[in-house]
Amino acid sequence: MSRIAARFAKLKAEGRGALMPFVEAWDPDHATSLALLKGMPAAGADLIEIGCPFTDPMADGPTIQLAGRRALDAGASMKNTLAMVRDFRADDTDTPIILMGYLNPILSYGVERFCADCAGFGVDGLIIVDLPSEEADLVLPHATANGLDIIRLIAPTTDDARLPLVLNGSSGFVYYVSITGITGTRTASGDELADAIPRIRRFTDLPIAIGFGVRTAAQAAGAVTHADGAVVASALIDIVKADLDSNGGKPKPDTVARVLAQVTALAEGVRGVRSAA
Amino acid sequence: MNAPSPRFGANSLRNGPDARGRFGEFGGRFVAETLMPLILEVEAAYNAAVADPAFQPELDRYLKDYVGRPSPLWFAQRLTDRLGGAKIYFKRDELNHTGAHKINSCMGQILLAKRMGKTRVIAETGAGQHGVATATVCALFGLPCTVYMGAVDVARQAPNVFRMKLLGAEVIPVTSGASTLKDAMNEALRDWVANVRDTFYIIGTVAGPHPYPMMVRDFQSVIGNEAKAQLHEAEGRLPDMCVAAIGGGSNAMGLFHPFLDDPSVRLIGVEAAGHGLDTFQHAASLSRGRPGVLHGNRTYLLQNEDGQIQEAHSISAGLDYPGIGPEHSWLHEIGRVEYEAATDQEALDAFQLCTRTEGIIPALEPAHALAHVAKIAPAMDRDKIIVMNLCGRGDKDIFTVAEALGVKL
Repeated sequence: MSRIAARFAKLKAEGRGALMPFVEAWDPDHATSLALLKGMPAAGADLIEIGCPFTDPMADGPTIQLAGRRALDAGASMKNTLAMVRDFRADDTDTPIILMGYLNPILSYGVERFCADCAGFGVDGLIIVDLPSEEADLVLPHATANGLDIIRLIAPTTDDARLPLVLNGSSGFVYYVSITGITGTRTASGDELADAIPRIRRFTDLPIAIGFGVRTAAQAAGAVTHADGAVVASALIDIVKADLDSNGGKPKPDTVARVLAQVTALAEGVRGVRSAA
Repeated sequence: MNAPSPRFGANSLRNGPDARGRFGEFGGRFVAETLMPLILEVEAAYNAAVADPAFQPELDRYLKDYVGRPSPLWFAQRLTDRLGGAKIYFKRDELNHTGAHKINSCMGQILLAKRMGKTRVIAETGAGQHGVATATVCALFGLPCTVYMGAVDVARQAPNVFRMKLLGAEVIPVTSGASTLKDAMNEALRDWVANVRDTFYIIGTVAGPHPYPMMVRDFQSVIGNEAKAQLHEAEGRLPDMCVAAIGGGSNAMGLFHPFLDDPSVRLIGVEAAGHGLDTFQHAASLSRGRPGVLHGNRTYLLQNEDGQIQEAHSISAGLDYPGIGPEHSWLHEIGRVEYEAATDQEALDAFQLCTRTEGIIPALEPAHALAHVAKIAPAMDRDKIIVMNLCGRGDKDIFTVAEALGVKL
């Protein structure tokens, strides 16, 4: 059983949903992002998404765009993003790590070598934003050969006719993009989620995580009322950015602690809800 | 969806893309899932329009009576004499309404948007020509229009910004990245993701996810089809060479496509070499880039060793793009089209040459094509014929040129 499947099985047995915080690799620098990553499991993260910086993140709002820019300016690359996973795995062999990013840096790295290195360094799953099902054969065989889960995005625009195609070849969990829009902007209403999640469940037994627009503990709790997990990204990055803005571009001594405190607050929100599944 | 049957015979180079939107290994549909259903909807609507006997006549009527097509094919006698070699013809797409070739495709796309019942239009623009053309057709059809434009381009193309506003469009300056065309396209795609249900994205070049490279090429092919017929009338034969500037590559694709199956016709695309191909300040994706994925398609891109996209540079805002349409990448790899480059300085020299010898102020984009023509025409025999796409007029560029020439206006 993959780490992702094992983790969701464990949470299901506990009767609760998953909190999946996001950390942009190398934002604003290597040390800060590695400290965030390493601190997240103890703070309450059940799975962790690592954002792979890209110059042109077309599905991301200003928060993640700027985080990616800061990371690249600090020297981020695909290679040293993978190295962060290796360093994380030195202390933690249980928490699933999912890389989220765009296709071009993966193509540039070499898809086959990338998937092999991901597996070797301890990555469990991939979310490739600009790789829809129609193009997935570029990556899927190599991901499968290396035991990596391919986590598909499902959007409000993905209709019933299309869902089987999108789900075909997806594993680990499915990621419901809860709004038509970019990250860190709008938030889906409870009614929208109450319509969307059961619709997707008719087509898959995979766990469903909700992302895009989940910012607060209450919203994370709302998300796991309907689904199996909540992804929080921009709200955590905003804490980093506020510190950088007020401290001459440098993180403050307690920046990491405050982001992790927010992860804990989100985790408490999630843990206060019995899972719907 | 359904594979289009070969329109031009089994061995034609004009049958692409395949059912997946690929030209060889280039093209495709690399967009977020939110957009994917919409992309498929655009493709289905376009295929239905092409199959509808009423669609092309309607487009033709707008092209004739509103855009002013056919654009003339002008024998540039004085320029030919000056260069002393091949006969040079200009395909005068700068005489179109709004002053460039961009409106050919905008007119086709707005008719498609209407057919699809879309009530809002967005576009990206570099030099502003595509933005002006989009704002124009939106005014004509009464649709609200939002144009994304890099903040750097807003500054260097101020007259076009004002034109768009006069036409009723909202112009949003984009400050991410290098604040030029690439960033404007990112922002337009982000708008589209957030407004999928009511919005049509009028893309300005032969790039983006399938079906855009095919659709924009089809609409722009009116250029090559007319040129072929006009030259036949004037000279009774095919040209020996067609030359066009390349940013994303829409004017070049429009000129070249009808000639792809005529092996005697050399086709030359001219990229922007900026300060020089061996500097890092150019926009020559084919000469100095390598394949990757950006803006929905797989194509040649300027990128670093980590797959991060690099900023392009050109004096011409319309060529200032680190990618190129996927069909060009394929034509480059199979060797059917040759790709050359001209520097900022060479384009400026050609700009002045054209102005003084022909009384035509060209845009800086076709000035790159002319710069290459000026390099090669003198060595060609006098009975050879070159058709060059004069795809835009230079009124928008006079401030940039004045600055480059050290003139205060």
